[in-house]
Amino acid sequence: MEPMLIVLLAVLVLGGATAAFLVSTRRRRGPELEPPGRTATLPRPGPTATPAAGTDLADADLADADLADVDLVEPPGEAPPAEPEVIAPVRPSFRDRLARARSTFSGYVGSILGRDRIDEETWDDLEEALIRADVGVGPASELLDSVRARVKEEGLADGAQLVEAVKTEMKARLAVADRTLAATEGATDVWLFVGVNGVGKTTTIGKVAKREAEVGRTIVMAAGDTFRAAAAEQLTTWAERAGCDIVRGAEGADPSSIIYDAIERAAARGADLVLADTAGRLHTKSNLMEELRKVKRVASKPPGTVSETLLVLDATTGQNGLQQARQFTDAVDVTGVVLTKLDGSAKGGIVFAIQSDLGIPVKLVGLGETADDLVPFDPDEFVDALFSE
Amino acid sequence: MFDALTDRFEGIFRGLRGRGRLGEAEVDEVLREIRLALLEADVNFKVVRGLVARIRERCVGAELHEALNPAQQVIDIVHQELIATLGGETIRITFAPKPPTVVLMAGLQGSGKTTNSAKLARWFKQQGRNPLLVGADLQRPAAIEQLRTLGRQIDVPVVSKDLTSIGGEGGDPVEVARRSLEEARRLGRDVVIVDTAGRLSIDAELMDQVRRIAEVTSPHYTFLVVDAMTGQGAVTTAENFHAALALDGVILTKLDGDARGGAALSVKEVVGKPIAFAPTGEKLADFDLFHPDRLAGRILGMGDVLTLIDRAKEAFDEDEAEAAAAKLLEGQFTFEDFLEQMQQVKKMGPLGGLIGMLPGVPKELRNTEIDDKELGRVEAIIHSMTLEERRHPDLIDGSRRSRIAAGSGTDPSEVNALLQQFREMQKMMKRFGATPGKRKGKKGKKGGRVTPKGRPMVSAPGLGRTELKLPGLN
Repeated sequence: MEPMLIVLLAVLVLGGATAAFLVSTRRRRGPELEPPGRTATLPRPGPTATPAAGTDLADADLADADLADVDLVEPPGEAPPAEPEVIAPVRPSFRDRLARARSTFSGYVGSILGRDRIDEETWDDLEEALIRADVGVGPASELLDSVRARVKEEGLADGAQLVEAVKTEMKARLAVADRTLAATEGATDVWLFVGVNGVGKTTTIGKVAKREAEVGRTIVMAAGDTFRAAAAEQLTTWAERAGCDIVRGAEGADPSSIIYDAIERAAARGADLVLADTAGRLHTKSNLMEELRKVKRVASKPPGTVSETLLVLDATTGQNGLQQARQFTDAVDVTGVVLTKLDGSAKGGIVFAIQSDLGIPVKLVGLGETADDLVPFDPDEFVDALFSE
Repeated sequence: MFDALTDRFEGIFRGLRGRGRLGEAEVDEVLREIRLALLEADVNFKVVRGLVARIRERCVGAELHEALNPAQQVIDIVHQELIATLGGETIRITFAPKPPTVVLMAGLQGSGKTTNSAKLARWFKQQGRNPLLVGADLQRPAAIEQLRTLGRQIDVPVVSKDLTSIGGEGGDPVEVARRSLEEARRLGRDVVIVDTAGRLSIDAELMDQVRRIAEVTSPHYTFLVVDAMTGQGAVTTAENFHAALALDGVILTKLDGDARGGAALSVKEVVGKPIAFAPTGEKLADFDLFHPDRLAGRILGMGDVLTLIDRAKEAFDEDEAEAAAAKLLEGQFTFEDFLEQMQQVKKMGPLGGLIGMLPGVPKELRNTEIDDKELGRVEAIIHSMTLEERRHPDLIDGSRRSRIAAGSGTDPSEVNALLQQFREMQKMMKRFGATPGKRKGKKGKKGGRVTPKGRPMVSAPGLGRTELKLPGLN
């Protein structure tokens, strides 16, 4: 018998089970251990929450009103006209970029559309289409159950009506009142970017910086990824492109202190936004998640306010994505998801589970390599694009 | 989620004992669960379909061993089928008779090509080779810088285009790759690892570029770097890369998280190439040849004992562990020993992850997220005991219990839980010591929080070799 395994088993069983018991007793006792994700959940929007295209644009635009107040150079009157310029080229690109992604999906849907009756095979095909888009078995069947009820209730009979019902259901699940990236007045805003390795945190920060700089905010980047070799160099390149300030430390330095330095510098110079990079970490590594907690605690100290904690999620991620979102939310209370690399064959269906299970909305989507390819998420476009022919 | 796969199978097969064969109805029900498990593990839809069909064929009408329980037998079939699909064999790297041996790394953005190029270089170095790293990723800002830094850390030279400024981009990666071969010969390096930029498999232009890199370097090994967390899209990616580059194997990254890595199964099934390497952690040393068979259990959520043993070997002092094990089996194990061994176990990583790797752990325990800080509370309880109490826990009565609770800032009920757990464990260990034999499929009492005893466990591949005899594990 393998002696190590015996010892291991003993320790795990004894330590683990007791620890689990402690967790469970404290969960029961202390409300403070409730997963924070739930409380952060935005109210499930009613019918009013699926905004018309126009309002959606206004929502997505980044707090123009606030900017007008803060930015002294730009006369307030000039802010609104800037709106269409920033957003207009963006909207068609969402659909275009997703065109590649939707090809496989529409294959199924195309065949369903042509059917004049709804049978078991139709449901199976729909389920398969959803699963292939990484929606997941559970969410897919739950979604189809609701649609089933609706089909019965409303007497829907053909494929086209069915697809329409599925679309409506999917959009409803993704709808939230507000996807704006938050800004706090009277403090130095900090947007913290977190996620597992290789999802595109650093690149996303580069793109966000460019976007925000374009609408007139002054930005300081914090190169908080001190683990990966040359991560700071990579961010520096992006800082140069966006023409913004960057604070970086030595490799292996404490990310919290670098981010705090950046906040202090931003406050001193009157910059209004700190974009804080963090090292990629697997959500299962408790020591690294602990480090992230500390980063957020430190960044929340005055003069800083962490107004957004954004989980960067690779659209190719499968069912593990939900686990990532859950763990990161547990640790640092994620306020939104940035879905990257949606320009590939990846469909990003995992966001359905993340939205419905954890109530975390997708705020931004990365549709390509250039800075302009990072756009506000629009569930209607997302779903429509998936289903369009 | 389907850590409970065995449990659910049990439910389906309840009352089946005594019948000689599995009926279609039961098999279909089980197959639904298997399908779900595989899909949840991100195995590709088409691959699942094929697998389920094969499993069905073997299960329907399969002869049931009277002595064994049907759930166990079906799991065995599924497990064997997965191992067969994964290939079961570890890849053997051979070297070109006329050096250098060229390795090409390709994959999507963020899959881990650069990091794993360095890890691979380190691995080759350990094999007594002289690797050279080639930075042909001229796309991502500072990718070359990253490779150079990693190269310095492992003392392996890096060639790329000359960079005048930090993060300078542009240039022709094909040219860089071509020149690197000459450079390798000049420097007398016998392995060349070419790191390429991340690219989407549907980007015709970039796929053409990587094909041209392959043309000018004629790699002996072309590895696709695949993120273990990848979903259904893994197959399309692998197919496209395979069509362009003719892959030789896969490097499966980020498997040290809790992703089940179904993508690997899909890729293997579609392109027919094995998973060659897998990093086991973030450090450059955390990298080795991959044992495909180990993934089968993981995909089914059945634990990964072999990896656990590997990790234990690194963390434990062998003599001490042996002494502790002996004590355990004789029922001489005390809280003192426990404290000592716990320090070793902690070195192996977060407790929750370790528990996940044990087969047959009840889902109640597995599903509870255990913060390692809770372990600190367990330690606190033990530290609040007198030496005498640690050695003879039976001494602890009501008033001692209150004192320990007060001393450790816990509740008497929590102290109690620990004591009870300790007794359970001692009982369990004594049974190991007494009968290191087979108790396959014996049903233990349900509902106990701990008790892996008697739980139907899953046979883990290669366990015979390690002479592990857990009840239910054959």
